[in-house]
Amino acid sequence: MARIELDLAHAYRANPQRDEDYALLPLKMCFEDGGAYALLGPSGCGKTTLLNIVSGLVTPSQGHVTYDGRDVTGLSPQQRNIAQVFQFPVIYDTMTVAENLAFPLRNRGVPEERIRQRVGQVAEMLDLSGQLGMRAAGLAADAKQKISLGRGLVREDVSAVLFDEPLTVIDPHLKWQLRRKLKQIHHELKLTLIYVTHDQVEALTFAQQVMVMTRGRAVQVGTASELFERPSHTFVGHFIGSPGMNFLQGRGHAGGIEIAGRLLAAPTESLARLPDFTLGVRPEHVQLVAADTAGAIPGVIMQAQDIGTSWLVTARVGSGLNESLLRARLGAEQAIPRVGDTQWLSVVGEHTCYYVNEELIA
Amino acid sequence: MELMLRRVEQKVGAATHLYALDLVLVPRAVTVLLGATQAGKTTLMRLMAGLDAPSAGRVVADGQDVTGLPVRQRNVAMVYQQFINYPSMTVAENIASPLRLRGTHSPAEIEARVAELAGKLHIESFLQRLPAELSGGQQQRVALARALAKKAPLMLLDEPLVNLDYKLREELREELSALFASGESTVVYATTEPTEALLLGGYTAVMDAGELLQYGATAEVFHRPQSIRVARAFSDPPLNLVEARAAADGIVLPTDLKLPLPLPASRTTTGFQALTVGIRASALRVQRRDRDLSLPGSVELAEISGSDTFVHVGTPIGELVAQLPGVHQFTLGAPVTLYLDPAQVYVFDARGDLLLAPGEAAALKAH
Repeated sequence: MARIELDLAHAYRANPQRDEDYALLPLKMCFEDGGAYALLGPSGCGKTTLLNIVSGLVTPSQGHVTYDGRDVTGLSPQQRNIAQVFQFPVIYDTMTVAENLAFPLRNRGVPEERIRQRVGQVAEMLDLSGQLGMRAAGLAADAKQKISLGRGLVREDVSAVLFDEPLTVIDPHLKWQLRRKLKQIHHELKLTLIYVTHDQVEALTFAQQVMVMTRGRAVQVGTASELFERPSHTFVGHFIGSPGMNFLQGRGHAGGIEIAGRLLAAPTESLARLPDFTLGVRPEHVQLVAADTAGAIPGVIMQAQDIGTSWLVTARVGSGLNESLLRARLGAEQAIPRVGDTQWLSVVGEHTCYYVNEELIA
Repeated sequence: MELMLRRVEQKVGAATHLYALDLVLVPRAVTVLLGATQAGKTTLMRLMAGLDAPSAGRVVADGQDVTGLPVRQRNVAMVYQQFINYPSMTVAENIASPLRLRGTHSPAEIEARVAELAGKLHIESFLQRLPAELSGGQQQRVALARALAKKAPLMLLDEPLVNLDYKLREELREELSALFASGESTVVYATTEPTEALLLGGYTAVMDAGELLQYGATAEVFHRPQSIRVARAFSDPPLNLVEARAAADGIVLPTDLKLPLPLPASRTTTGFQALTVGIRASALRVQRRDRDLSLPGSVELAEISGSDTFVHVGTPIGELVAQLPGVHQFTLGAPVTLYLDPAQVYVFDARGDLLLAPGEAAALKAH
């Protein structure tokens, strides 16, 4: 296992000039030994490129990758001693489950006794113990993917295990189980795990630290609660959370701040001095309040959806150029306003974030 | 379109892919087919479309028996998981193709319809490009626009968003909901995700292992699943299930914890009737309220998704998952007590049929 440090950039063309020329803009990152990390972002954000640079499948056009301080930039995945799990099962159909799991160990000449032990341990963790003697060919897609996961996790001497969207082919119910297994395995085996996904729930529930990426840029690295409570960039606010953060244009005034055409008391003095900013508030933090409550604005309810364990209410606030939609997620026990009602909604509160040029300022 | 399936079944060789089912789709609304992979969703859709003929039963469209009538002779639009477009045609030509094929529209009408759909699906700036030059999300938008172009009375979508990014799915789902709301078509939308069904609203048909289990308004099916199988298929996170038995004064959980719930008179027996109690993760709390049942335990795992924290707790009645709104920090192994309002549980009988849904106990007591 290793502490992995990155200080690099990557462009597919020579002499990159503009931001668009980079697949990965210059970034520094440290994956601590034994940590669980996720790289999260939409397609084309650079997360798989970054993973491939960590593994050695891609060599960065600038900068270095070090493992425990040793420069490995020019080394292959084998030389770096990396295990990888891909989106779709990569297994030998003609072998039994046990042989599949043992394969990476046999390849490395691990003693049979140790192989038996380790295969037994990994199989037990993944609930594959009952299927060890079965041929892999006859198994369902999800069982095959479990074997792939097991093969990635079976070696104890790897520098890190890298996962590229490993739960794509898995049904939602089994995802719950497998995510949980991965966490337990991480806890027990203390491997360094790096997990690439576009699914925020997978990333946030799995990893201790999540790197959020967009357009080749790492915009924030943080814990699930940091990314949710204090997104340092509007993209993080938008991407994390379902639906994402509400954004409203704001203007500072001598008397306070103007949001959706209404003058509200400024939460900080510096905000009142800003001619232009964006207010961000999560649907979970928007509350229904009485008319004229401080920090609230009126809206017309456009939609109220029963989404099972909570309600999602969409309101239109402001008018003309100031018009925006504001969403609130409400508990199932709350009184739900009707479509067409005018309802005051709180937008300024302790969880509200303020942005200038996409970056968090307060 | 009014689509009606009567005792429709599908067998391939000795294997039954679809057990005999009856289904009358609510016309000009969205019906979600919800179920895991292999539940029979695609098989059912292929029968609705006329891509396959059922091995038994009848398919009736607007009062006409169309069983065995091939898809070409029906007016159906389909969208698949894979982004299917004509690679050599531009985006505009792709969208226009079903209308051109029909030959009943003037070029001006076609152009207007293409522009309208491109605008609604935000692909107006790509109209002259080829599909291969677009991202996956844009390609699927083109396929959706083409399916919508001919205003087919029946529109079938088979997990159309599954190959797209999470956030893109959210965006497109909303746009689709708005387009479906026009009521032009009877829409059938297959998904494996309970959350997607809830967000689409409309009606939901829950399927499992080739069987249609329940059909009704989406929120109604979610809140009142007729059986454990439906409740399982329609919950994310999974429903907590606890073995229980009926007693004279209520329901007894493991370690003799008692839920003071009356069972419907017709179903009660005095014996040790086996029951299953279902508890939604969202019904468990860490703050105590009056009348709550206390479930002391220890934290086995905590997962923070941002908006919610999922905490797995080992309790005397088994391991339970609680969904707590917001961010909560837990230490693995630390003691924690979960609280549950007995009125919030589901009770299923020994066969797995629903006896009691949340909130119904009070109504029973009043009798």
